[in-house]
Amino acid sequence: MNGAQDLGGMQGFGPVRAEAGVSLFHADWERRVLAITLAMGAVGKWNIDMSRAARESLPPAQYLSSSYYQIWFEGLQKLLLSTGLATEDEIRTGESRNAAAPLPRVLMADEVPAALLRGSPVNRPATTSARFKVGDKVQTRQLNPSTHTRLPRYCRGRKGGIVALHGAHVFPDANALGLGEQPQWLYTVRFDASELWGTDTTAASVCVDCWEPYLDDLDAGST
Amino acid sequence: MSRNDPEGDPQEHAHGDAHDHNGSELSEMDLRVRALESLLVEKGYVDPRALDILIETYEHKVGPHNGARVVAKAWRDPAYRQWLLDDATAAIASLGYTGRQGEHMVALENTPALHNMVVCTLCSCYPWPVLGLPPVWYKSAPYRSGAVIDPRGVLKEFGFELPAEVEFRVWDSTAEVRYLVLPMQPPGTGGFSEEALAELVTRDSMIGTGLPKMPESKRELA
Repeated sequence: MNGAQDLGGMQGFGPVRAEAGVSLFHADWERRVLAITLAMGAVGKWNIDMSRAARESLPPAQYLSSSYYQIWFEGLQKLLLSTGLATEDEIRTGESRNAAAPLPRVLMADEVPAALLRGSPVNRPATTSARFKVGDKVQTRQLNPSTHTRLPRYCRGRKGGIVALHGAHVFPDANALGLGEQPQWLYTVRFDASELWGTDTTAASVCVDCWEPYLDDLDAGST
Repeated sequence: MSRNDPEGDPQEHAHGDAHDHNGSELSEMDLRVRALESLLVEKGYVDPRALDILIETYEHKVGPHNGARVVAKAWRDPAYRQWLLDDATAAIASLGYTGRQGEHMVALENTPALHNMVVCTLCSCYPWPVLGLPPVWYKSAPYRSGAVIDPRGVLKEFGFELPAEVEFRVWDSTAEVRYLVLPMQPPGTGGFSEEALAELVTRDSMIGTGLPKMPESKRELA
């Protein structure tokens, strides 16, 4: 969706403030939001693409005026409500008024280290051959779905070249909607910065990871 | 909240505001998060001990010292360097760094002609097993908006400049591939041990928003 999360190339936010030292949390509640978000992400009621979609669908003014862990907190609440794991009343009071919903699993303390080291790889066996190879010229599609996508606005409808193939990966545009993983070939596409920004840039090039459904073949003249 | 922040730039400042002049917002978030956590525990959805382990892991165990070890080894060992550039996931896993938000790794080699910078314009994707959790600025609007269009300006905001002939290549982490910048080894460190080299590798040099430290002897001469 064309939401406030899609920040690439926006201007006016002021300089980056690189804080001294390793500053990860500013308040204890941020630690707790991180932990409950990760723990609830492991129960199997939603996937990472649904989590991102929940955060991105916050109204733009709210998104831009919230700190990062506030956005995570709002996203988690949305998911709890939409999956029926909790009611607004329960979330507000912190007290359970209804029976707990059954969960596929619960992340127990003794499972945490192994679960983190294992992670959640998203590469899947490819069911088709790759449409593109390294060196091919492509053009990103002009996509504006109202639902989740990982193709930023600044590189839609732009010409670039394939610089890497990563195999078939879970397709977030489908997975976020609960339509299954629908794995698609994933490529890294390199764009000349001038193709994206004209002369108003100090970059030489920008590389973006794009799934095959984001791309058209430029060599074959299919445009 | 930061809506009232006269300086704008809310994602950078929201936390600071909470400390400085908006304590009520902080305590409101504190109460809301506590309520939610206790609800999730009461319903049996989360194991409270698991929460503590998650925080302990990412606050104290996993961090940029992991990535520094990868970089230092690549500087010392040409075969490892090649492996890292060819198959970063396996080369990094060989040092024990695997898992969440680092399942698919790619290493980006800086050269005298090319400087790489990594960003996630859409959220906060970051290679956790080698760098830990992202710093606040990495997730902030100024960095996410600026890096893809003006990386040279961003680097300057971190206090670094590179010659005009160096190309800036920016990597937007839009998928689950995670990028680690392999910075250039500081001159005059050829005989250094892996441990001594790792001391020179900063977190920011592995994102591309900084450069490695110069060794003490060189700094004194500079």
